[in-house]
Amino acid sequence: MPIVSRGFHGRARDARHRLPPGQYETADFPVLSAGPTPAVDLDQWEFTVRTETGARHIWDWAEFMALPSQTKTVDLHCVTKWSKFETEWQGVSLDVLLEDVETSAEYALVHSYGDYTTNVPLEDLLDGQAWIAYRYDGEELPPEHGGPARLLIPHLYFWKSAKWVRGIQLLDVEERGFWENIGYHDYGDPWREQRYQGD
Amino acid sequence: MTLTPDFLDGNAAAGDLEFLFGTDMTMASGRCRGCGEQMMLAQTHAYLGGPGMVLRCPGCEGVLLRLVHSPTQVWLDAGGLDYVTMPAPA
Repeated sequence: MPIVSRGFHGRARDARHRLPPGQYETADFPVLSAGPTPAVDLDQWEFTVRTETGARHIWDWAEFMALPSQTKTVDLHCVTKWSKFETEWQGVSLDVLLEDVETSAEYALVHSYGDYTTNVPLEDLLDGQAWIAYRYDGEELPPEHGGPARLLIPHLYFWKSAKWVRGIQLLDVEERGFWENIGYHDYGDPWREQRYQGD
Repeated sequence: MTLTPDFLDGNAAAGDLEFLFGTDMTMASGRCRGCGEQMMLAQTHAYLGGPGMVLRCPGCEGVLLRLVHSPTQVWLDAGGLDYVTMPAPA
């Protein structure tokens, strides 16, 4: 009786899911932190945009929840080399939050509860590229993944998607954040493998 | 706002510190620039596994030291420590 092999077939890969150079796929959602996880009471939570002139725009949680939200499915690419495909997030677009903010700044420094910061060009926060996300996979965003709310900027390495976000400072001159001022790349494009300064 | 710790003790950073200083640093101590607490480096709170290593003060959770390895460079920021002291070699 002949043995008929059905052959080996790798798992079908959706063409949309490509791994940036040097990355591997994981089904897990690793938790990486540079410090303790802050537990932020929603009645104390605020999100502040401060412009280069010192003008402040502040939302409390109720005001933030009243803003129009979007649900997005995106791939994540961490500089520690894992990538996770098709993660679903709900959040408020930075286009909405920055709509009435008058600024000529070119740079943003994102601040978190705790002492974390990260720098991003302002134009990378606009045009449907970034959100303040508060739900993940249909559930409230858990604290270990940045809840109650985190920045989501999936076209850059995931350290730019600051957990526990509390505000954005708009700047004329770029200021480096927590990891950028000790060797990590100012921009962090995973497709150009911009992990470290000089990449 | 309360903080939930998620750290290892500073001994977990012993290998990185030895690589950096060229000697066993587990008996070294230092003083936090933020709150003045004096501690053995082994008593610090080590956050590992992320983009770099972070040692934080057990008193105030301020950053004492950060270390990043790239394939070609090592970056060190020990600006959160007033000083580090260790027993002199015999």
